[in-house]
Amino acid sequence: MQERTMAATEIARQAGEGARGVPLSGHVGFDSMPDQLVNKSVNHGFCFNILCVGETGLGKSTLMDTLFNTKFEGEPTQHNQPGVQLKSNTYELQESNVRLKLTVVNTVGFGDQINKEDSYKSIVEFIDTQFEAYLQEELKIKRTLHSYHDTRIHACLYFIAPTGHSLKSLDLVTMKKLDSKVNIIPIIAKSDAISKSELAKFKIKITSELVSNGVQIYQFPTDDETVAEINSTMNGHLPFAVVGSTEEVKIGNKMVRARQYPWGTVQVENENHCDFVKLREMLIRVNMEDLREQTHTRHYELYRRCKLEEMGFKDTDPDSKPFSLQETYEAKRNEFMGELQKKEEEMRQMFVQRVKEKEAELKEAEKELHEKFDRLKKLHQDEKKKLEDKKKALDDELNGFKQKKTAAELLQAQNQQAGSSATLKKDKERKNNPWLCTE
Amino acid sequence: MIERPDSAVSSVARNLEGYVGFANLPNQVYRKSVKRGFEFTLMVVGESGLGKSTLINSLFLTDLYSKDYPGPSQRIKKTVQVEQSKVLIKEGGVQLTLTIVDTPGFGDAVDNSNCWQPVINYIDSKFEDFLNAESRVNRRQMPDNRVHCCLYFIAPSGHGLKPLDIEFMKRLHDKVNVIPLIAKADTLTPEECQLFKKQIMKEIQEHKIKIYEFPDTEDDEDSKLIRKIKEKMPLAVVGSNVVIEVNGRKVRGRQYPWGVAEEGIIVENGEHCDFTVLRNMLIRTHMQDLKDVTNNVHYENYRSKKLAAVTCNGVDATKNKGQLTKSPLAQMEEERREHVMKMKKMETEMEQVFEMKVKEKKQKLKDSEAELERRHEQMKKNLEAQYKELEEKRRQFEEERNNWESQQRILEQQKLDSSKTMEKNKKKGKIF
Repeated sequence: MQERTMAATEIARQAGEGARGVPLSGHVGFDSMPDQLVNKSVNHGFCFNILCVGETGLGKSTLMDTLFNTKFEGEPTQHNQPGVQLKSNTYELQESNVRLKLTVVNTVGFGDQINKEDSYKSIVEFIDTQFEAYLQEELKIKRTLHSYHDTRIHACLYFIAPTGHSLKSLDLVTMKKLDSKVNIIPIIAKSDAISKSELAKFKIKITSELVSNGVQIYQFPTDDETVAEINSTMNGHLPFAVVGSTEEVKIGNKMVRARQYPWGTVQVENENHCDFVKLREMLIRVNMEDLREQTHTRHYELYRRCKLEEMGFKDTDPDSKPFSLQETYEAKRNEFMGELQKKEEEMRQMFVQRVKEKEAELKEAEKELHEKFDRLKKLHQDEKKKLEDKKKALDDELNGFKQKKTAAELLQAQNQQAGSSATLKKDKERKNNPWLCTE
Repeated sequence: MIERPDSAVSSVARNLEGYVGFANLPNQVYRKSVKRGFEFTLMVVGESGLGKSTLINSLFLTDLYSKDYPGPSQRIKKTVQVEQSKVLIKEGGVQLTLTIVDTPGFGDAVDNSNCWQPVINYIDSKFEDFLNAESRVNRRQMPDNRVHCCLYFIAPSGHGLKPLDIEFMKRLHDKVNVIPLIAKADTLTPEECQLFKKQIMKEIQEHKIKIYEFPDTEDDEDSKLIRKIKEKMPLAVVGSNVVIEVNGRKVRGRQYPWGVAEEGIIVENGEHCDFTVLRNMLIRTHMQDLKDVTNNVHYENYRSKKLAAVTCNGVDATKNKGQLTKSPLAQMEEERREHVMKMKKMETEMEQVFEMKVKEKKQKLKDSEAELERRHEQMKKNLEAQYKELEEKRRQFEEERNNWESQQRILEQQKLDSSKTMEKNKKKGKIF
């Protein structure tokens, strides 16, 4: 609360910084500026998104119908949902000359599962998705923010079951997860089940539990004097105990919205019976615009900041000099291109490696092959040599034999000659001695 | 015509069955805007001596330019400067931070080429400041110092626009809301003024200069008013800081020997003089619209050009027309995906080439192995043939030898026998 007061005066001071005040000597006419602004907004139409979180059967849809005096679509849900889903519907409403594009988002199946650990996740995801969509639009090169349909959740009504004792742990866990993402307004649903005295104690218990668990709920702003008083009073009535009803009952001579019991009638718009009127005042008539502004300037900025930091954007470089947008984008882009190139290089390197390995393998195989054939060759050479030797041996023998043969033949020839001469001699002798008998 | 962004189309709205309360939203908006205060930056451009400072003082009914803070024409400069004065004025609970930007030295030199450049630079630098502030990670309330409106003063020559006028307006109509004014209109007779205005508008259309256009409204009365104003464009103004009494009335005007040229409301056929029109239009009815057009049209133009330059990095702009709807980050994401695909393709290609080469090499190896095998086989065969030959030869030889040897033995035996016989015979035969 104090933060906001400071922020407002900051703005005023900054606006006037460096400016000197000068008096006007007549009516200039710029006091119509707020009207000009209002006219523009009215022409453009307003937009508001409410998220209702609460267990099945707590009267969320009925309360929406009652708040906006109209029957919204939808069937009451069963308890057998497997997980928490969010259903959103958009309606165009008009009151006098003001057009409002209202989106109501309901949690379906919240609190119905046996294991509720992940119940809050789909809600957080949904809220983040809307932030992301806006961020993407904001970052586009050609953007149309002027006509963008803002789907960010401006208010979250958290429905607390009217047990009369304390908050359930599911409630605490969920609210803790949501309090930095959305404006939480806790309300006690179906509060006609609690008596007045129990209600007071219940409210105190809830508030103290919220405080002790550090859950930040939405505080109605007290920095604008026109509404400071009413807002601060209302802050003390939180959480609002509400009753919703679309049925009408005749009280006196009027038809009022009420719930009829055998023991009496609970009138929705009777401030003694429940805080419905307070809720309507605060949520719609007084602070709708502030809820929207808080969502944009606080919750969305936080989301954006986290997202950008996650992506590596910084506001100052290592020397603490501020980055210009161009520098930031160029730096990011260079980093990105560098990464891509590195990946490419890595892949190439890997390939080069594989090629090398394969080449080595094949070379090995080639070497082995050559070795094998070298060995065979060598064997072959050996065989050849043996053959040669054998051949030589044969030749030698052949030659030897030839020589022997020729020698023998020569001898034989000589013998024959001698023999023949001897024979001749003998013949001669015989002739000479005819009585020599030779046989 | 400046293109305006489409406003939301209203569809059939639900009827509510009772009081809800959001009809109070406009009041909430009103309240918050008053608390925040307003900002407006007005630029005045024109040669010296055209009455710019006087007009400003008159418009805002204050001594913005005074002896202590002299106006642009009093500050003689050698080159065109762009200077700003900031004042804070309050009225009816509404606070306005007004910044007046003036350009002393504009059009006063002999050679006025590029005298619009400092002005363009100033406007761009304000856009850049805003862009940087908007793009920070940690954003705070961003003061809006962008130039919302530029009053361009035309000298009352009565003939038409000067080349400098045309050049300046052409260069600035894409960056700021340009409202041309005929200065010192009390030097023109009403007829001359009419002709002059017609001539100027004609030339503006010829040169396709986009001056600030009033938005159409649904309200009939307002539309009538707007049409009337459009007919009077460009507005011819007379400014005065002096209050003179005329016929018991106190008016702001200029006193001449032949009368008083009043600046304020002259009820002539229900027509107001152009100065009042200017003030009403600029301050009382269209100040917000001027800011909106600056924000939604001129600033967005600047921003998309700037960001396109960053992401396209010198790539041909025509190729990237379709990509301007993405944010630079989304574009990087897409580039990343493209790159992944490219890498995959490259990988498969390389893989293919690799396989093919390996197959080739393996085939070659196989072939050379086969070749070597073949050769080896052949040599073996060769060797075997030779062996066989040798065997044959040996066998033949052995056979021959054996034959011969046996022959020899026979011969030997014969010889032995014959010698024996001879011996015997000798023994026997010698007797004969």
